[in-house]
Formats: sequence, C-alpha cells, structure tokens
Amino acid sequence: MVEFRMPSLGAEMEAGTLVEWLIKPGDRVKRGDIVAVVETQKGAIEIEIFETGRIEQVLVELGKKVAVGTPLARVVTDEEARTGVAAAPPAPKAAPAFAPAPPPPVERKMPSPAPAGMAPPRAGRVRASPAARQLAETHGIDLATIAGSGPAGAIELADVERQLGAAAPAGKRAIGLDLDAMRAAIAAAMTRSKREIPHYYLEHTVDVTKCEAWLARTNAERPPESRLLMGALAMKAVALAARRFPAFNGFHRDGKFEPIAAVHLGMAIAIRGGGLAAPAIHDADALALDELMARMRDLVQRTRAGRIRSSEIADATITVSSLGERGVEALYGIIYPPQVAIIGIGRVVTRPWIIDGAIAPRSVVTVTLAADHRVSDGHAGALFLAEIGKLLQEPDKL
Amino acid sequence: MSDQSIQAVVKEELENIAPDVDIEAVDPSADLREALDIDSMDFLNFVTAVHRRLGVNIPEKDYPKLITLEAAIQYLEAKRPGEGAKQ
Repeated sequence: MVEFRMPSLGAEMEAGTLVEWLIKPGDRVKRGDIVAVVETQKGAIEIEIFETGRIEQVLVELGKKVAVGTPLARVVTDEEARTGVAAAPPAPKAAPAFAPAPPPPVERKMPSPAPAGMAPPRAGRVRASPAARQLAETHGIDLATIAGSGPAGAIELADVERQLGAAAPAGKRAIGLDLDAMRAAIAAAMTRSKREIPHYYLEHTVDVTKCEAWLARTNAERPPESRLLMGALAMKAVALAARRFPAFNGFHRDGKFEPIAAVHLGMAIAIRGGGLAAPAIHDADALALDELMARMRDLVQRTRAGRIRSSEIADATITVSSLGERGVEALYGIIYPPQVAIIGIGRVVTRPWIIDGAIAPRSVVTVTLAADHRVSDGHAGALFLAEIGKLLQEPDKL
Repeated sequence: MSDQSIQAVVKEELENIAPDVDIEAVDPSADLREALDIDSMDFLNFVTAVHRRLGVNIPEKDYPKLITLEAAIQYLEAKRPGEGAKQ
C-alpha cells in the first residue's frame, strides 16, 4: 500500500483546503486521474494522483487544511495487487516527476491518519462543486439537506441557489478565485524572488515579419478553432531554446541548481479583475505547434475558470510572460522561484529596419530575459536570447 | 436567423469572454479590445464561437472589421446570408 500525498503547489504555497473528493474507497484510479480539489490562494487546484490502482482509504476530511506532503489517501497499486506483496510503507513515493520541495515547517494541523478500516467521514460522501460548497457555507446550509442535480447526484451551484431562493449572482466571476488571496500569493513569491535571486536582465529585438507572414498564410486556410497565434510561435521557440540552454531550465533549490531535461513551459496568464497565474505546459518543446496552441487555449480557459491541475502549478521549469498586442514594447519579468529564468515578450510593432542597406518597414518584437546570476551569466543569456530570435526566423520549422 | 439574434449571439459570446463587463453599457462604437480588455486569444475564442453558432467564417484578414460592437454586428449581418447559402 502506498500513501498518496499532497503534491507541491509552487513557491510560497504550502497548504490548501480540501473541498472535494472525486473518489471514494474501492474506486479504481490511474496515474494522472484527478482525485480531489483543493482550494488555494491560486484558486481551486485539481489534484492528480501518481499511482495506478485501487483507493484503499481516504485520509483527509473535506474542509481540512492540508500541508504539502500530507498523506491524502492510501492506494493499493496494481503491482501490489498482482504480487500480493505490499510495498514498503510510505516512502514519499507519490512525488511527481521531480520531488516537490520538502514540506515546509508550516502548521501541521493534520489529524493523524485515521485508523485502518475506518470509513471516510460522512461529509466525504456529499458530492458538491466548490462553488456550491462555498455558497452553502456562506449561508450556513448543510449540504446534506440539498438535492443535487449534477452527475451522480452532485450538488451544483444552481441547487444551492434554488435552496436559497437566491437569484443567480450578477457577475460570473470564476469559482474558487479569490483575487485578494491570489495577490497575497504573488506578493510572497515575488518578494522571495527579489530577496533571494540576483536577477540580471537582457533584451533582444527580433524581426518577426516572417512569422506574421507565415501565420497569415497558415491561418487563411483554417477555421477559427484551429488558427494559431504569434504567442504559440514564441512559446515554441522559447521551449526549443531552453532545451539547448539548460542553465535557464530547472530549479534552484537548497543552495544548488538542478537542470531539468524536460521543458515544462510556464505561461503567465492574466486573470480578469487583477490576478496572475503561470501554470505549466508539460514537454512544450516536444509538442507540435497545433498541439501547443490547443494546450495554450485550454490552459488559459481553465486558469481563468479557476481550475488548474496540481502538476501544472509546480512543474514549470521556465516561464514566458507576454503582455499581448495592446501591451508595451518590453517587459522585464521577475523570476518565479525556484525557477531560474523568465522570458518577456513585448508587443509586435512596425519599425523602420535596415535590410541589405535599405530601410524597410518590419514587424519587430522585444524579447527580454531575466535570469538568475547564481546559475548563469549574461554571456550565456545573450546566446539563449539570440537562439530564440534565430528560431523565430524559420516559423515553418517550429 | 434575424438580426436580433445575431446581435444576441454576439453579445452573449462577448459576455462569456468578459463576464465582469456589462455589455449593454459598452459604447457600440468603442474598440472592443479596449472596452472589454480582451487579448488576442480572447478575440480568437470569440471568432471561434461566432463561427460555431452562426456558421459565418471570419477570415483573419477581416478581424479589423469586427473592432467595435456595431461593426461586428454589421459585418455578420452582411456576411450571413451569402455564407449560409454556401454551406
């Protein structure tokens, strides 16, 4: 039997409140399944499991605040079921591809694991969406008294509203997104970054005229749902360059840098009303452009709806921030610890450029790098930025 | 589909993208990107939704013709009959 533990939630995020179990004892799970929802300062995060097998026991009640590293459930893996041999008890084996930061010495309000064989608390059986739960809690309604209309009788927001006789709220602000709490999380992470990371900054102007022409040609033949944006080209170019320049892709932890072979590209996403999150697109360097674009669209939508997955929160190995077409010409990012670099993409502007001795109008964009001087120097940073610029000269090869 | 419903679809899809904005209060001649604070991905999602619901394909080169609420509705009204017949 192995213990499935609360995964890392990213820098300066040490705990979350368990608001939804999507599994119960006896259920089959496979690696990557979403098994629970935890509310954090970054909104609701869907917790994925890293084992394939059968849930033996649920260890945490709804409504409990759980620290990173806390056992959430016990799982009998398929391997154990087949061999009849129980795995050695819980080494912190539930770690994702890279071990999460060791559980920080924060409050350990967790109850000790329930005795074996104990049924999960009754509350664990009331299935309800986070929004429904939140509304019910605000009004002091016991969820057990509400009839659910969702899948498997799950209580949805509308069910609680019906119970309240309340009109639907005017705004459709995403559930589980508390912008004040999110601001506090951003403040904590960025303060730590500015305190601990000796940033250096470089900028490079890249001619993206060929990218624009290639996009116009490619998109002309496509329906809107499969069109590409300049942002996808930029993300792919950064991912490919990061693979070639490992000093910018990885984590600085416990006083040393660990380069990461895979490129999990963080994408800074603005949230309406003043929030920001930078979840990861896994293995972005290996994705075809169309697939990368589809993942970007999905990620933006889920992030703004307040549904990020746990692996997306903690896995980013480098981040890209782009302020879009109405933004400024250049932005200088603050590194998101424990990462060691952030790329800023400015607005594409038309400028007089010299081509073969003659002035011509070209579309150019300023690409910046903020990187960690503990790990790399400006010389390497300049080569890294130049590589991104070179890759953008051949959009058809991205 | 009547003009009324083209207008309704446009407003509904813009509201989906910018749920915190009261679309009825938006100046019909204002730049939507400014008025609703939407980025290129939001706009692509809007165009995708309109294409799905009204069957009107909006080529990328026509995006500037949808820059305001009134221009977008006008464009779609003009485009729909021909497009509808073709599909």
